Amino acid sequence: MSSHEHAVHVAPTPSGFIRKYIFSVDHKVIGIQYILLALTAVVIGIVLSLLMRFHLVWPGAKFPSWMISGGVMTPEQYLSLVTMHGTLMVFFVLTTAPQSGFGNYFLPIQIGAPDMAFPRINMLSFWFTFLAFVVMVAAFFVPGGAPISGWTAYPPLSGLGQVTGPGEGLGQDLWIISIAIFSGASLMGALNFIATTIDLRAPGLSLMRLPLTAWAWFITAILGLLAFGVLLAAGILLLLDRMAGTSFFIPAGLVVTDVVQKGHAGGSPLLWQHLFWFFGHPEVYIAVLPGMGVASHILSTFSRKPVFGYRAMVYAMSSIGFLGFMVWGHHMFVSGMSPYSAIAFSVLTMSIGVPSAIKTFNWLGTLWGGKIRFTSAMLFAIGFVSLFVSGGLSGLFLAQPAIDLYFHDTYFVVGHFHLIMGVAAIFGIFAATYFWFPKMYGRMMNEGLGKLHFWITFVGVYCIFMPMHYLGVVGNPRRYSDFSANHFLAPLYSIHLFITIAAIVTAAAQLFFILNYFWSMKKGPKAPDNPWNATTLEWTTSTPPPHDNFGGHYPSVYRGPYEFSVPGAAEDFIPQHLTPDQVGKAK
Amino acid sequence: MPGTTLSEDLQQTHGRGGAGDSGGDGGDSGGPGIPAVPQRAYITGMSVALAGILMFFMALTSAFIVRKGISLDWQPFALPKILWLNTAILLASSWTILRARKFFRLGDMPNFSHWWNVTTAMGLFFLAGQLLAWRQLAAAGVFLASSPSNSFFYVLTAAHGLHLLGGIVALLFVGLRWQHQTHLTPATATEVVSIYWHFMDGLWVFLFLLLYLGR
Repeated sequence: MSSHEHAVHVAPTPSGFIRKYIFSVDHKVIGIQYILLALTAVVIGIVLSLLMRFHLVWPGAKFPSWMISGGVMTPEQYLSLVTMHGTLMVFFVLTTAPQSGFGNYFLPIQIGAPDMAFPRINMLSFWFTFLAFVVMVAAFFVPGGAPISGWTAYPPLSGLGQVTGPGEGLGQDLWIISIAIFSGASLMGALNFIATTIDLRAPGLSLMRLPLTAWAWFITAILGLLAFGVLLAAGILLLLDRMAGTSFFIPAGLVVTDVVQKGHAGGSPLLWQHLFWFFGHPEVYIAVLPGMGVASHILSTFSRKPVFGYRAMVYAMSSIGFLGFMVWGHHMFVSGMSPYSAIAFSVLTMSIGVPSAIKTFNWLGTLWGGKIRFTSAMLFAIGFVSLFVSGGLSGLFLAQPAIDLYFHDTYFVVGHFHLIMGVAAIFGIFAATYFWFPKMYGRMMNEGLGKLHFWITFVGVYCIFMPMHYLGVVGNPRRYSDFSANHFLAPLYSIHLFITIAAIVTAAAQLFFILNYFWSMKKGPKAPDNPWNATTLEWTTSTPPPHDNFGGHYPSVYRGPYEFSVPGAAEDFIPQHLTPDQVGKAK
Repeated sequence: MPGTTLSEDLQQTHGRGGAGDSGGDGGDSGGPGIPAVPQRAYITGMSVALAGILMFFMALTSAFIVRKGISLDWQPFALPKILWLNTAILLASSWTILRARKFFRLGDMPNFSHWWNVTTAMGLFFLAGQLLAWRQLAAAGVFLASSPSNSFFYVLTAAHGLHLLGGIVALLFVGLRWQHQTHLTPATATEVVSIYWHFMDGLWVFLFLLLYLGR
């Protein structure tokens, strides 16, 4: 223990179920609430994707009518699945679990603080997120069903109301309202993360001694702070176009199903695209940066080596965050933008390859020559690096306007963003779960099941998303619900069938994870305080941590976060809170 | 960072972070031994919140500029004269809140309360004036969807008005001494609220110029 500790009482835990587990202000409870919300959303999201994959290869298949009204899926129903799958996954899984979930639980503990800076705002941001989730899911159950305009909600399709299709009535309204609520929640969360990281660090914990996870959460919070306000503004304008008859995004003279649309004039659908992608591109990094932090953290711990190039990692993450705000135009190469703008966006986009390559080299450098322990967490962290590289390489193609004009709206794009943003971030979540589960619940997860889960998932996601690049190269468009009438796509059927089978197997393998999670929570072997012999502060407190995180004994920090295999030290790891005197006689 | 001008002796800072020493008692989770949330975290939080709010208004501003630039249907309209008076009231309220802060620093609580309440009242006058401006426009047949210029006028004034209403609630919160129920010291509470108030004032001047020059 540190020399700064205070011999005092442990803070009382709130009593009563409601204050303790429902409207809790404890960041650990809120973190778990976020994680369980994300788990619910991901299950729905996976079911939606399976329904889509079924329909693509068996377009005439009859579904039970409680699942797909009418039995056989219509193209509009398919589009509503596309929309809700993307929305639930991007907002309620990829934004919620890695940042709000694990960040909430571990940021205060990793920096030696008793809680977030503003616990009540923290509780509010969870309940706003939950409300947003309820409003979003409600869109399934209103007349017309869920919206069909995709997770990007491009006007004019999203701005005209019921006339543009089922789901574009109340369903689209609920979608926009949900996203507005979610934006508010994310802004409150970002505020809390930033203030906590700046002002609540333990004595001695300078910025350059922060674990890379804390750095990732900090940078992600800054991205969220600057991005979600823009999405909120855009959402309000879109809602006014729909409800109040304004024309921010809706031009005149639109003809929908042979009827001229009146009442709007002069609006610009491209204005929405600019506002949306100014949020949307940083959102990609909001999803994946926490995974980068987790991967660095875990690769170092299980290689028993310091992170290779710690400062370079910090600067690389910062520059990825910074550049992320200047590349939104690469989503709009086909919008008719000036080729000069396109070149600027293209060069900036490809320049993100530089910090990304630095990170990849440093991850490999961390592994190089290490005494590697292949735990489930480590496997998923290595899997993250693999997916990040595979998904990133196809990004270099899409970053070039001339090539993107061809690839735009094909399966090449679907394969690209699922690998780098979707599955890579999910692997970050899995790695974080296997790594921190013992600390969160006081019990170990089953490593055998974890490894089985890893191998099926790792091979499975490559089987799903790699062939999509080929589909895109031969010109298979995305968002089509049925290819059977397209002569030139007929030879691709067997590839789609392969992808669907891979998707079913991969989805089924997630049952191993869910089983492992809830079984281990109750029945797993008891976890010691520091099962991985790790160095950062979350492993210095008891398992699971008490209500005030450190039982009244707040640590001071004397060293960097990744002091593994220090020559001459008694053990191959030196926790951050040990004084120079204590190092020789560490337990 | 704005608002670090308050003399240090009034700020009950509990040093955590960086190379500071470990904290005092009475933290947010209650109970002894828990380091308090340092008062500067509230200043940080407010600065960060203002950055988020600024991005929201910058998004609307860029939408304004783009929408005006591309369209043939932008109809200029005369801004209600009362907006000049409202602007003067809001600018004056920044001066009154400065006076309130000055008396707070001197420990002169009666004068502090007086000027603080004057600021609150002026905020309410401003909002009433904005509503009056809306009434005048509506009476002249200028509505939200009449023209894109009108749409932006209503959206920007409404968004600013709602944020200012939040500022008035915060002023009342401190004016009624409700901050005792939180972990903010009176010094921090007055500082945080006045940072927000000055920002809302400056934001209005910016929006008014945008609406006036861009109408």
